[in-house]
Amino acid sequence: MTEINVSVNGRGHTRDVEPRTLLVHFLREALGLTGTHVGCDTSQCGACTVLLDGRGVKSCTVLAVQANGGEITTIEGLATDGVLHPLQAAFRETHGLQCGFCTPGMILSAVDLLARNPSPSEREIRHALEGNLCRCTGYHNIVKAVQHAAHTMAGGASAVAGD
Amino acid sequence: MATTSEPGASLIGASVKRKEDQRFITGKGRYTDDVTLPGQTYAAFVRSPHANATINRIDASAALAMPGVHAVLTGADMQAAGVNPIPPGWLHPGIKIAEFRALAVGRVSHVGNAVAVVIAASPSIARDAADLVDVDYTDHPAVADAVAALAAGAPQVHPDAPGNVVFNWQLGDAAAVDAAMAGAKSVVRQHLVNQRLIANAIEPRASLANYDAAADELTLYVTSQNPHVHRLIMGAFVLGIPEHKFRVIAPDVGGGFGSKIFIYPEECVVAWASKTLGRPVKWTATRSESFLTDAHGRDHSTDVEMAFDDAGTIVALRVKTVANLGAYLTLFAPAVPTYLYGTLMSGQYNIPAIHVDVTAAYTNTTPVDAYRGAGRPEATYALERTMDVAARQLGLDPAELRRRNLIAPDAFPFQTAVALQYDSGNYEPALDKALALIDYPARRAEQAAGRAAGTHIGIGLSAYIEACGLAPSHIVGSLGAQAGLYESGVVRIHPTGKVTVLTGSHSHGQGHETTFAQIVAQELGCTIDDVEIVHGDTGRVPFGMGTYGSRSGAVGGAALFGSLQKVKDKGRRIAAHLLEAAPEDVDFAGGNFFVKGSPSRTKSFAEVSLAAYLAHNLPPDMEPGLEATTFFNPSNFVFPFGVHIAIVEVDTETGHVTLQRYLAVDDFGNVINPMIVDGQLHGGIAQGAAQALWEGAQYDSNGQLLTGSMMNYGLPKAAFLPMFETDRTVTPSPVNPLGVKGAGEAGTIASTAAVANAVLDALSPFGITHLDMPLTPARIWSAIHGSHGGN
Repeated sequence: MTEINVSVNGRGHTRDVEPRTLLVHFLREALGLTGTHVGCDTSQCGACTVLLDGRGVKSCTVLAVQANGGEITTIEGLATDGVLHPLQAAFRETHGLQCGFCTPGMILSAVDLLARNPSPSEREIRHALEGNLCRCTGYHNIVKAVQHAAHTMAGGASAVAGD
Repeated sequence: MATTSEPGASLIGASVKRKEDQRFITGKGRYTDDVTLPGQTYAAFVRSPHANATINRIDASAALAMPGVHAVLTGADMQAAGVNPIPPGWLHPGIKIAEFRALAVGRVSHVGNAVAVVIAASPSIARDAADLVDVDYTDHPAVADAVAALAAGAPQVHPDAPGNVVFNWQLGDAAAVDAAMAGAKSVVRQHLVNQRLIANAIEPRASLANYDAAADELTLYVTSQNPHVHRLIMGAFVLGIPEHKFRVIAPDVGGGFGSKIFIYPEECVVAWASKTLGRPVKWTATRSESFLTDAHGRDHSTDVEMAFDDAGTIVALRVKTVANLGAYLTLFAPAVPTYLYGTLMSGQYNIPAIHVDVTAAYTNTTPVDAYRGAGRPEATYALERTMDVAARQLGLDPAELRRRNLIAPDAFPFQTAVALQYDSGNYEPALDKALALIDYPARRAEQAAGRAAGTHIGIGLSAYIEACGLAPSHIVGSLGAQAGLYESGVVRIHPTGKVTVLTGSHSHGQGHETTFAQIVAQELGCTIDDVEIVHGDTGRVPFGMGTYGSRSGAVGGAALFGSLQKVKDKGRRIAAHLLEAAPEDVDFAGGNFFVKGSPSRTKSFAEVSLAAYLAHNLPPDMEPGLEATTFFNPSNFVFPFGVHIAIVEVDTETGHVTLQRYLAVDDFGNVINPMIVDGQLHGGIAQGAAQALWEGAQYDSNGQLLTGSMMNYGLPKAAFLPMFETDRTVTPSPVNPLGVKGAGEAGTIASTAAVANAVLDALSPFGITHLDMPLTPARIWSAIHGSHGGN
């Protein structure tokens, strides 16, 4: 067992973990943060995406010990003081989710994208989300959600209709 | 239309934002793997690495010696405990049913076949211990391809299915087809492979069982599209647990697409092991296990012959299909390539003579069952791909050939030559609308100009019909279904007028918590937030057949609608009593009962609800309470239809296909929530287009799955797809009071043929008449540049 210290959604945790423990299993099983999902075992689907020190990572591809000393944001920590992050609001507004399973990872990948590129083109959005698979939406409304959030975060009026 | 019984109501047809989204966007969804129980243990399965082998010996001693391992259980243990094989739910005369045991006994028949299970204190211990279980096999030759399996001398998958034949099934008038073919001007022939697909819902299958010894009750959390069906089959047929002692909960489910309908070995094992060990037992599939064990879809090899007269009118259709059902028969497997396939072979066309011949084969592969569309995409592909082949052979525009053969609007109800009677339809407006929206002549002109300049645009049409809203119980019963396909809906009005709905439909992305609440709010004049939709729990919902076959709105919604009429009717009688008026003089609008002509004499729905429960002043002989149950049994299928058009560009240097535009014009009858219907359509189109271009499960000749992960199975990504264009015509269904049809599968049913036709259209200058899917760059490049120039 190895001791790690991590900050998750602004709260510090000190835990002993097996060295082989993946970050996603640490979040889900040790901390009970089940909003981060596991959809594959080959780092393709992106359902497990979280922010590690502000950047999107697939938490199935990071060992918990590698996150030692890091700051992690999961979907549970994205809203502040009960106010949804603009991307959370946008996914609802544009019907960017159906079964909801890919959604946390999809939203956090989009947070990462908009942090790097606040006004991406449709092509840039589609390219940025290539590491996140959705089987329900055909991505149409996910792309719209990211466009909608980018507009909101740039200070635009928030209500772009879903369709 | 019957959607509104009150003036001013407008919730049905409104793009209401989804109620369920709040929990999903904040990480508070509760999927099966998110549930953790005290004392929980974990299962890991030992699986066969061979496709066809005899099990000689299972040595679990090393695994059992590992600290933290509670048990290693085998098929022999289950058999000794009286656990039965998992039965299929649909039978044909003469069908050969191979014993499908949750853990194999004596033999394994596909790679991934579960042989033993380890129950341990943690997932990692269970996995490590499973690796230590030593199974001695004798490997035998295997067969993965269905046509090969039916050939003389093929390896035998099961001893009691000679020649690997599951059944032969025929529909239509063979003699009439023979006669029409003999007299036809021309006969178009095409061989088509509809390749095997893997559903890949992003949530892997999972189950968690908890046996409560004090109450002698078993609770199973499971990734199911139909928890009552799970309870019925597992309880009554496999495990022998009475239903009143067995609760099945399908909480949030992360997509199904058919793959979560079936009763799988792992959930049977977990349920039995929990009862055996007296501990909660959880299993969650890895994606690698999903690829090997989730039921696959499609996998047809088909020969189509379509005969025409000299006016381009179809005079006969002959379809001969070999369907690969894999190693065992899962729940709907016998129905998919037969009643959900052959019956759709008339499409939108007036075809006087049709004959369909289907031979289903066992192979040493993962079982094949319903995958989004289930039989109907295969039928649509066979018909619509052949229409394009025919158009080119006959020298007709593909849109014109379709138009010439459409069933006329005054021909409904229309009896097809393949058993179905279409109750309604009006096909030409959808074709006209699609051609106008895409500006078909302009696109053809662009195509011609592009070809001259060396760019290769293709335009593909698909005119589809589907039979969904499964299904009239007496009809499916007569066709071999072991249960009817009705749905239940309970409306429970609370004393304050708030509403709980218990529905047998199940949402795994469809949004019932919103759409069903829209129906309630419109009918009762309350708000959507006054309504709670409960689904997915046999402990709360009386009964249900679940969600598949685009049935929730047309069957589950209709059951809900029926119960709403019953509570309104009782409420009207209570209001009349309180208002001292005759019930027939009391009307209901905007959430208030009032005396006709005296709008000031009024009782709100909440006041009436309270009166029903206080019961101080009810009409004589009326029971207190306000609740109703309806089991809706549809009188017919519903028949959505539409025309989809795909435009692709093929890079002839690389063989790469770009899907440039995709337009869908659909007729779903009345639409409850257009936003949600469009979303369903988008996802369906993506799945169908993916079959045309990227997806395909491949086995080698030893039965090893070569496409066993997301690294080498071509799931569509965001960058592969365009924005989709959608529009509709509206022809309400007459068979349910909402006038709705199913919308969940139409995108998939239509799009495969549209996209494939577009690619083959682009390739026509190269003399390529047909290529089988998926239309990968390698396949296209080889066809253009290879020696044979296509097939």
